[in-house]
Amino acid sequence: MVPQKFEYAAPDSLKSVLQLLDAGAKPLAGGMSLIPMMKLRLAAPEQLVDLQKVKELSYIRESGNAIHIGAMTTHYEVETFPVLLRKCPLLAETAAEIGDLQVRNRGTIGGSVAHADPSADYPAALQALEAKLVLIGAQKERTVSAAEFFVDAFTTVLEPGEIVREVIVPAEELGTGTRYEKVVQPASGFAIVGVAVRVRRSAGKISFVRVGITGLSNHSYRATSAEATLAGTTGAAADVQNAAALVAEGIDANSDLHASANYRKHLASVHAARAITTAISRAS
Amino acid sequence: MATTIAGVEKEKLVGKRLRRREDPRLITGTATYVDDIHLEDMQYAAIVRSPHAAARILSIEIAAAQNSPGVIAVFTGKDTEKVGGVPCGASLPGLRVPHHNVLAVGRVYFVGHPVAVVVAKDRYMAQDAADLVEVNYEPLPAVADPEKALAPGAAPVHPEWPDNVAFTFHQDGGDVDKAFAEADVVVKQRITSQRLIPMAMETRGVVAEWHGADRQLNLYTSTQIPHLVRTLVATMLGLDENRVRVITPEVGGGFGSKLNVYAEEALMGWIAQKIQKPVKWIETRRENFLCTIHGRGHVDYYELAAKRDGTILGIKLKIIQDVGAYHQLLTPAIPTLSVLMMPGIYKTQNIRADIVGAFTNCMPTDAYRGAGRPEATHGIERMVDILADELQIDPAEIRLKNFVANDQFPFHTATGLMYDSGNYAAPLKKALDLVDYGKLRQEQADARKQGKWIGIGISTYGEICAIGPSPATPAGGWESATVKIEPSGKVTIMTGACPHGQGEETTFAQIAADELGISVDDVLVVRGDTSIVQYGIGTFGSRGTAIGGTAVYFALQDLKEKIKKFGAVLLESDDVTFSGGNVVCNKTGQSKSLPEVAASAYRAMKLPPNTEPGLVSTRFWEPPNFTFPFGTHIVVSEIDGQTGEVKIRRYVAVDDCGNRINPLIIDGQVHGGIAQGIGQALWEQAVYDDNGQLLSGELTDYAVPRAHMMPWIESEHTTTPSPVNPLGVKGVGEAGTIGCSPAVVNSVVDALSPLGVRHIDMPLTPEKIWHILSKGA
Ligand SMILES: Cc1cc2nc3c(=O)[nH]c(=O)nc-3n(C[C@H](O)[C@H](O)[C@H](O)COP(=O)(O)OP(=O)(O)OC[C@H]3O[C@@H](n4cnc5c(N)ncnc54)[C@H](O)[C@@H]3O)c2cc1C
Repeated sequence: MVPQKFEYAAPDSLKSVLQLLDAGAKPLAGGMSLIPMMKLRLAAPEQLVDLQKVKELSYIRESGNAIHIGAMTTHYEVETFPVLLRKCPLLAETAAEIGDLQVRNRGTIGGSVAHADPSADYPAALQALEAKLVLIGAQKERTVSAAEFFVDAFTTVLEPGEIVREVIVPAEELGTGTRYEKVVQPASGFAIVGVAVRVRRSAGKISFVRVGITGLSNHSYRATSAEATLAGTTGAAADVQNAAALVAEGIDANSDLHASANYRKHLASVHAARAITTAISRAS
Repeated sequence: MATTIAGVEKEKLVGKRLRRREDPRLITGTATYVDDIHLEDMQYAAIVRSPHAAARILSIEIAAAQNSPGVIAVFTGKDTEKVGGVPCGASLPGLRVPHHNVLAVGRVYFVGHPVAVVVAKDRYMAQDAADLVEVNYEPLPAVADPEKALAPGAAPVHPEWPDNVAFTFHQDGGDVDKAFAEADVVVKQRITSQRLIPMAMETRGVVAEWHGADRQLNLYTSTQIPHLVRTLVATMLGLDENRVRVITPEVGGGFGSKLNVYAEEALMGWIAQKIQKPVKWIETRRENFLCTIHGRGHVDYYELAAKRDGTILGIKLKIIQDVGAYHQLLTPAIPTLSVLMMPGIYKTQNIRADIVGAFTNCMPTDAYRGAGRPEATHGIERMVDILADELQIDPAEIRLKNFVANDQFPFHTATGLMYDSGNYAAPLKKALDLVDYGKLRQEQADARKQGKWIGIGISTYGEICAIGPSPATPAGGWESATVKIEPSGKVTIMTGACPHGQGEETTFAQIAADELGISVDDVLVVRGDTSIVQYGIGTFGSRGTAIGGTAVYFALQDLKEKIKKFGAVLLESDDVTFSGGNVVCNKTGQSKSLPEVAASAYRAMKLPPNTEPGLVSTRFWEPPNFTFPFGTHIVVSEIDGQTGEVKIRRYVAVDDCGNRINPLIIDGQVHGGIAQGIGQALWEQAVYDDNGQLLSGELTDYAVPRAHMMPWIESEHTTTPSPVNPLGVKGVGEAGTIGCSPAVVNSVVDALSPLGVRHIDMPLTPEKIWHILSKGA
């Protein structure tokens, strides 16, 4: 297929980008989601503004207890960047699960979160990490939490003219164990379900736990009742099972050719248990 | 085996793992495909297609499209009514053949049915304008499932045939009633082979160029059968066949889907005449899903009668074939191949088969790698396992018991075939050794105790290759070759088989190099242009080497005789031999090289008696029979007891394709075939909903296996030459697909057998298995 006619601009400053966005342009990042949609004519933006040349959007910086990741950072960079591998391995492990090498070389974290595909991988990790997203428009900049950001399938709190500027994730405290488990949809490679887990132990008990879920329903979420059930336990197999059984509680699960709602919920529990078990084994 | 060059041994190339000579251009991106053809003032076509599976066309508004920038023409079915119908080449008694217009007239029959075509200066403008064509439809009830289509009260696909029966076919062999009456046990099973999408990497594409003054049409098209396309498109367009030139540049995969004549091929030829300019149409991936033939689409009802000792007495089979809305080139012939293959490699002499072809509001089915034979093999190999389970006999043992024995060849089957040669136990035993079967069963028993789900699946397949003798093939089953030795001694082979990725540019060169005692680098293989290559049939049905290669072989024999004659003149001797690339005088030992002899044959200073100048031979070789390769695939799989996911732990393939010209290429064919077989067994399915909408209509939903999803394939072979052709080759293009799917399914059913599971239909999705596990637990 071929797209409809569109204008294209590739400025090298954030300021010019924001001006164009203000005038109604649509941002183009890695193009891994947007271009296929344009070719299928499911999207037909009249003006594209390519963020590729904007150096101000491409960085990974550590500052205090946080790591700031510019929106244009590719999945491959997230997967391999030493600071992330050491201090936020959950995000790196998640990035490594996205698509194939070509996709990871072009696709960006900003594009992925803005696109808000309900089967995308990052959102699970970002929920578990309680990440913050910095959004910027011509008039204002604001910071929202991952929990607020993802509203519905392909829907976020982004307003017209606004883009994701950066994603802020915590630098993990020493001893945190993390894991991303994914059930791969065999055709698309996206997540049928994805479970991201972070745990810490203290005095033989689970002192901290976060569970982020993607793929199960219209948007990613934190499985807070599973977290509450696991917290304070020793993290024994039965505790893990009890907690994992709750990850899909009250969720209106998606159903498609590849997995019915019930099966999706079942997979979420099975993989939550596996992810929690691995995360605990990685916690020290 | 060796020939001598002036006393030096020249190693034979046949049997060597030569790298494919066609690959450098393919992997460096310098090969030319249809979309790489650019002609002066070429226009682009975009096709408007039906979003409904069944609807009346009330009106088509084309004015907006006509006025869209860059548009030079818009055509609808009214304009093209004089173009001949899309042909069905197969015939069966009572076959109902609906007229298949190149653009729909009055009514659409499947989603994707072409309704109008827009021609514009570039493909963007063409698509923009196509979006402006407004078609008013009155949707009608549709039917997308073959069994539902045959049920009373189903919506008729074609109103003239309200029962939706496209054809029926019956075959009896031996005395099946007696066999069933005498049986100790009868096992029955409904087995489906789901609809699949052939998914060539290169979609279809056509460029048509009209030379009005000469009434000459050049048609570039991605096809497996350029000459048949020429004949049939010329007929559809009312052109002289000798003024239609079909050029097939590189073909990026066919798998049967390009063994066809499509509406778009004639349509572009017709448009080029109308607009007096070249026109290009390149199928989008979405169109490829909707409008290129699909494969399989079987619902099979099997009954197997046997003695308590496992001897199979007879087989009954009822096939319901999902035809789709029309017959494409070979649609109704495909399930008849399943019937031919239904006894597999077992000696039972009693069969009864019935086929009902059902029209549905879907894309027609037709040949997809294996074409009828994977369905049959899947059926019989599943049934043999079910029988083994019923009788508690080991699946390897029950197969050995029923194999056609080595001294029974040539073997006449109950379905009317004559199996050429075979040693069916050899690959089975080899495969069992490779997996260390006894130990493996022990490991399985141990694993079961630990709650693990491990399964071992055996498939001992046979297949029909080298399709096929002309009386058994819709368009003639021979193949042609012209071999030219140029004055310099370089060799050009023109093959009618039109290989397109199977590697014959290498294997035919290996054959020629050995026969003439020259290097493969001195041989060029030319294909795919009807103005250059003599009439040919094409590549499909694992026929390229067995038939096309044999034609090459016989042309080479002619030339060797002629080379000797010219050499004898040069050496002034009657007593010469041709070996190692030289004509040698047996008395003096003096020799003349092939280039010297070739030059003399064209210079023609002195001709041998009764001999014309030149070194060219054309042969059309008619095979006396099919060939029948066979083999054993064994799969060891493990099921995740919590999720139902199937992992293939081991894949052993022992294939016997007769003599082996290039084992490297054979491995490639086997690997590719197995990838498609595993695809069918585990992931792929073309799913239409009840309204005839294709739900798995994108690569995001249709799961073609990727490299990382494949197991390691341990590939081995046995060699049983075919007596059908002098090369002793049988064919291997489809073996992988045919042998594979039952091995995978048998392994998974074996893994789940403690739960009493006897059969699971493909694809073995994790969810399906999970349901079985949850019920069992
Ligand atoms: C073959 C394939 C496999 C894939 N597999 C996976 C997978 O397994 N898991 C997974 O999670 N994803 C997968 N993806 C999607 C991939 O991760 C994309 O890269 C990602 O979803 C979009 O990122 P992008 O940079 O390519 O964005 P684009 O495609 O350029 O843009 C996507 C959308 O976001 C908007 N946008 C882009 N950047 C910003 C920004 N900074 N602020 C606001 N809006 C913005 C665009 O306007 C557009 O609407 C796959 C994609 C492909 C093609």
